[in-house]
Amino acid sequence: MKVALFVTCVNDLVFPDTGRAVVEVLERLGHTVEFPVEQSCCGQMHANSGYREEALPLVANFVKTFDGYDAVVGPSGSCVAMVRDWYPKLVPEAGEVVARTYELSELLVDVLGVTDVGATFRHRVTYHPTCHGLRMLRLGERPRLLLESVRDLELVDLPGAEECCGFGGTFAVKNAGVSGAMLADKCRSIVDTGAEYVAAVDNSCLAHIGGGLSRGGGPAKPIHYAEILAATS
Amino acid sequence: MKARRRGGGGGNIVARRPFPAAARKELGDAQLRANLRKATHTIRDKRLQVVGEVPDWEELRRSGAAIKDDVLSRLPELLERFEAAATAAGATVHWARDAAEACAVVTGLVRDTGAAEVVKVKSMATQEIGLNEALEAAGIAAVETDLAELIVQLAGDTPSHILVPAIHYNRSQIRDIFKRNGLSALTDDPPALAEAARRHLRAKFLSARVGISGANFAVAESGTLVVVESEGNGRMCLTLPETLISVVGIEKIVPTFRDLEVFFQLLPRSSTGERMNPYTSLWTGVTPGDGPQTVHIVLVDNGRTETLADSVGRQALRCIRCSACLNVCPVYERVGGHAYGSVYPGPIGAILSPQMSGEGANSTLPYASTLCGACFDACPVRINIPEVLVHLRQIGPHPRAERAAMRALSWAMRDRRRYTAALRAARRGAAPVRWMAGRRGTVRHLPWPLSKWTSTRDAPLPAKRTFREWWATERGDG
Repeated sequence: MKVALFVTCVNDLVFPDTGRAVVEVLERLGHTVEFPVEQSCCGQMHANSGYREEALPLVANFVKTFDGYDAVVGPSGSCVAMVRDWYPKLVPEAGEVVARTYELSELLVDVLGVTDVGATFRHRVTYHPTCHGLRMLRLGERPRLLLESVRDLELVDLPGAEECCGFGGTFAVKNAGVSGAMLADKCRSIVDTGAEYVAAVDNSCLAHIGGGLSRGGGPAKPIHYAEILAATS
Repeated sequence: MKARRRGGGGGNIVARRPFPAAARKELGDAQLRANLRKATHTIRDKRLQVVGEVPDWEELRRSGAAIKDDVLSRLPELLERFEAAATAAGATVHWARDAAEACAVVTGLVRDTGAAEVVKVKSMATQEIGLNEALEAAGIAAVETDLAELIVQLAGDTPSHILVPAIHYNRSQIRDIFKRNGLSALTDDPPALAEAARRHLRAKFLSARVGISGANFAVAESGTLVVVESEGNGRMCLTLPETLISVVGIEKIVPTFRDLEVFFQLLPRSSTGERMNPYTSLWTGVTPGDGPQTVHIVLVDNGRTETLADSVGRQALRCIRCSACLNVCPVYERVGGHAYGSVYPGPIGAILSPQMSGEGANSTLPYASTLCGACFDACPVRINIPEVLVHLRQIGPHPRAERAAMRALSWAMRDRRRYTAALRAARRGAAPVRWMAGRRGTVRHLPWPLSKWTSTRDAPLPAKRTFREWWATERGDG
């Protein structure tokens, strides 16, 4: 299958390893990955912060860039939720490309029918289901199914997993105090699991969580789950 | 009473301070946070359990939303039908445009009876319009009879939760409040505290000539009002006094008696986490020789019509004040209700208060959310709170510098060449910072405005090579 990678702007600039991991996993499974270079940002930050007019050109660019692909995959729950939940409200004619845009675990489990992607990761990992993946995309057990199939990986439950980490885009700076209080609780839960890594489907939440952990919140490291799925040792 | 604003509503729904400043103060109170965490998690777990028992819960939610949407689409007609039915049953119906008008009507009615004291059923509408303050100014003592409202009143405080107004206190704090007010409780055991309140209130019930209530529902076809409660104190106020005055928001209407069936299932499970609430009182005008013989109903707008005019925001008027959204909200759990500066706190308050009252400090409320969506999942009438929050952010005022930055970003990102150049510039600009960050790879301190990020957590840095640079090099078609 020919899959277009929607890497997301944050991953493009700050977390390119996540994009490379998606390419690796899909190619390992025998699929072709394309990277349409016209892509930029999905417009989520603008739309969620109240800048609808400023979001619209970015939405239009996404629709134009990814139109015509069988499947578009994005390694981000919130960016894919922006496309799937918000695009139809912002541009009603966005229809087709919206329906063919998947978060990585949806593409792997639902479209390609795989849970074992041939990965090996010799570490203790806990999984934080990010809010937009959980409550907008309803990813459910998909990311966990993928992680459970990784060889040598010990997956430990995260207490209070479904509680928000406190990131929330511009919330993290507009209400930094409340965001920090939520983060402190999340870091404590992560540390209590004794996990070496906390995995999630969103690098933006992970940047916030990782920033809290490295600030003294605990020794665990953040990792995008695509990078675990790409690992072979 | 405060000046009228864009939303037209006044009273205790207008925040005096922006949310971030108010939240900062509450965050410093460790006892408050511990109390809130314990209480919200207890109710949250109970709710999940009893909601899980109902096989058609999702259908019930959809029915609740559909009934309320139908009401909102023909509110004028239903209100007139309610007025006609209630009047025919012996009630007197009054209309109030805003909080000030509603307070004036009620104060006048109490004055006419000559009573110097009234007993009150727990009611959000009367808290909203600031009725207690208005009565006090007129020399009339208003006695809250709901246990939690009584605690708040005795403490000289304001409610911090829709359903559990004293949620910010633990039981030893409550015993101290009682002690200061001459209510003797020997221990801080809940039964001992309840007994002290019971002795205090019993005397009030028996002597009161005027009762004041709100209503959970107002049935248009019959003119019936409904109060749903747990303690039975409400029923005392609704049945013992000679005069009963009910203050009712105009969105409380349901078309028919049968519609109550849906809400009687949705409300208790969502609010207290009970299958059924202990006391449900329904009354229709005056019943000769039984209960209050003079019945007044004050229908209040106070910004609801303005809210109704907004096609996205109007869903907030479906709210049945269960407070399930407060109990699941991670922001509410950290700061409590007072930070919202309105009698309607939490996620529902963040969309209701700004719409009803208009701009000012309330314009910071739509940002008091991470858009995590827990509120929407919990809402028994499916109010898409995140959707309305984003909508209100869209129509509200924006800081000038932020707007400029957002415009610039949007301009840079909508064109491939500009976007690629911006990524490259960000990567290069980060090089010296990366050098300083050393092996850790994250930054401790950044200059303003990025310092708002690094005030609470380290910041990640742009990578040495962007994804598209890697792709262009490795795959050669960039």
